[in-house]
Amino acid sequence: MSRRARWAKILQHVLLIPFLVFALFPFYHMALTSLKQDRELYDRFAVPLIIKQGPTLEHYTKLIRETEFLTWTKNSLMVTILATTASIVIGTIAAYALSRLKFRGVNSFGTGIFVTYLVPTSLLFLPLAQVVNWLGLADSKWALILTYPTFLVPFCTWLLMGYFRTVPKEVEECAMVDGATRIQALTRIVLPIAIPGLVCATLFAFTLSWNEFIYALTFTSSSEQITASVGVTSELIRGDIYFWGELMAGAILGSVPIVILYVFFLDYYVSGLTAGAVK
Amino acid sequence: MAIGTLPAARAHARLPWRTRVREMLDRERVLGPLFITPALILIALLVAYPFCMALYFALSNAFIGRPSHFVGFRNFVNLWDADAFRQTFQNAFVFTGISVAFKLVLGISLALLLNQQLWFKRMIRGAVLLPWVIPTALSTLGWWWMFNSLYSVVNWTGISLGLLDPPGPNWLGQRHYAMAAVVTVNIWRGLPFFAITILAGLVAIPKELYEAAQADGAGPWARFWYVTLPMLKPVLAVVVLFSTIFTFSDFNIVYVLTHGGPINATHLFATYSRMIGLESGRIGEGAAVSLYLFPLLVFVVWAQLRFVRKQAY
Repeated sequence: MSRRARWAKILQHVLLIPFLVFALFPFYHMALTSLKQDRELYDRFAVPLIIKQGPTLEHYTKLIRETEFLTWTKNSLMVTILATTASIVIGTIAAYALSRLKFRGVNSFGTGIFVTYLVPTSLLFLPLAQVVNWLGLADSKWALILTYPTFLVPFCTWLLMGYFRTVPKEVEECAMVDGATRIQALTRIVLPIAIPGLVCATLFAFTLSWNEFIYALTFTSSSEQITASVGVTSELIRGDIYFWGELMAGAILGSVPIVILYVFFLDYYVSGLTAGAVK
Repeated sequence: MAIGTLPAARAHARLPWRTRVREMLDRERVLGPLFITPALILIALLVAYPFCMALYFALSNAFIGRPSHFVGFRNFVNLWDADAFRQTFQNAFVFTGISVAFKLVLGISLALLLNQQLWFKRMIRGAVLLPWVIPTALSTLGWWWMFNSLYSVVNWTGISLGLLDPPGPNWLGQRHYAMAAVVTVNIWRGLPFFAITILAGLVAIPKELYEAAQADGAGPWARFWYVTLPMLKPVLAVVVLFSTIFTFSDFNIVYVLTHGGPINATHLFATYSRMIGLESGRIGEGAAVSLYLFPLLVFVVWAQLRFVRKQAY
């Protein structure tokens, strides 16, 4: 490497530093706050960027012992797993039909899916709250399991259509010439080839439903039914006194499941992000 | 004897029935509609039907727990006459315009940097994308603490570096600062989507184009302006359209950070609609607020279908 090229490379990394600080600093500060002792946290003359008086897990133990945090996390897990599973199944068969089969209305249905994909949840939460009431699901996590697929299914369908199109038609036709039915061709040939797509769709559906906020905030309110995001943002803030340590501990722990998935499947997140938007 | 023959007869009858179902399922005209039925029912009952309800609510004086009457466009007119709604309307455009502009410029810059040969490439990408995958409501709590009026780490850092005069601004208590705060968090959260998607667009540009431009004597700036930008146009169009609709309809950041305050200075359609429709119970008016999002949605859908999907196929 020539001297000039090396300097250029160092310069590129230096230019990246502000971006990385911007992206990561809020997380660093949240983690720091959650580990600080109250004495230091509310000392206006202390340096907020480091822990000087020793870290403590007291906020975490308080969060788990004195609040319903574990219930909220369980609710989040249940809603997310059920909504994701249902959406992947519905989305997979719909995507297969749209990308492979010829039948009346296939194009207009494809357009319909795409349009639904673009409808923001904040446009529909008021009337959906009424529908949820009529179904007798007011203040129940089942309302979330029922409504989350409205944005997950269009997303999964759209993402998987892109993956199914990359499976050569001939492979499937070969199997069918050899006597496989269409459904066998789907389950034994197409789905195994499209596994990266299925992993990607599952990860995104999981993340989207774990992160969902407006429906959860609107359709559920009691402490036994709410999800982690809603619990931390509404139940931990009482009156004008904020318990910043516990609040940040809750925000950190509420993100842990997503961070775990993210660390293991980073490449899928990158490819799914681009495929979902561009394809 | 009759009892003995019955199962056999049934088994005999079952075989052709099964084969018939199998043959039916092999026909695309049968299997196709069958496969899209679950998705269709879901969308019809929980998207299309609520949407029609929203239209009806917006044209009625619906109130929680009271029968409603048709009132025509009165909700839309009343809203337009209310200062709080006008403020919301203006906020939505300011918020979206500034956020999307920043995300676009910073997103292109970050993508160009990420496209270089980097040390720790995977780790850097992972760090850059992180704000986008963490639950927004929770990460916004972190920003809320960072903008806290007494213990703001933003002010502390600014004062220590000599950029701010002590005690520094009360970020969430003053209107322009509050808007700056929600815009900042939106940029923070949305930048990864821009950067990573634009990066995918950059990777797809053929290297020969740059070689040819270089051979013709184009410098780095000219190569960016005449090769990179034109080639990125389709990707940029998609990203901007997507981001516009989702920034315009944003709820989480404003709800957690400012609750629309101070004095409606940061309300967006979604947060204002929730306040009117659920907190004060005027569902009709609340639905009308969120329907102000609809023209933009129609435009984005139209633009996507017209320009973007055409290029994709």
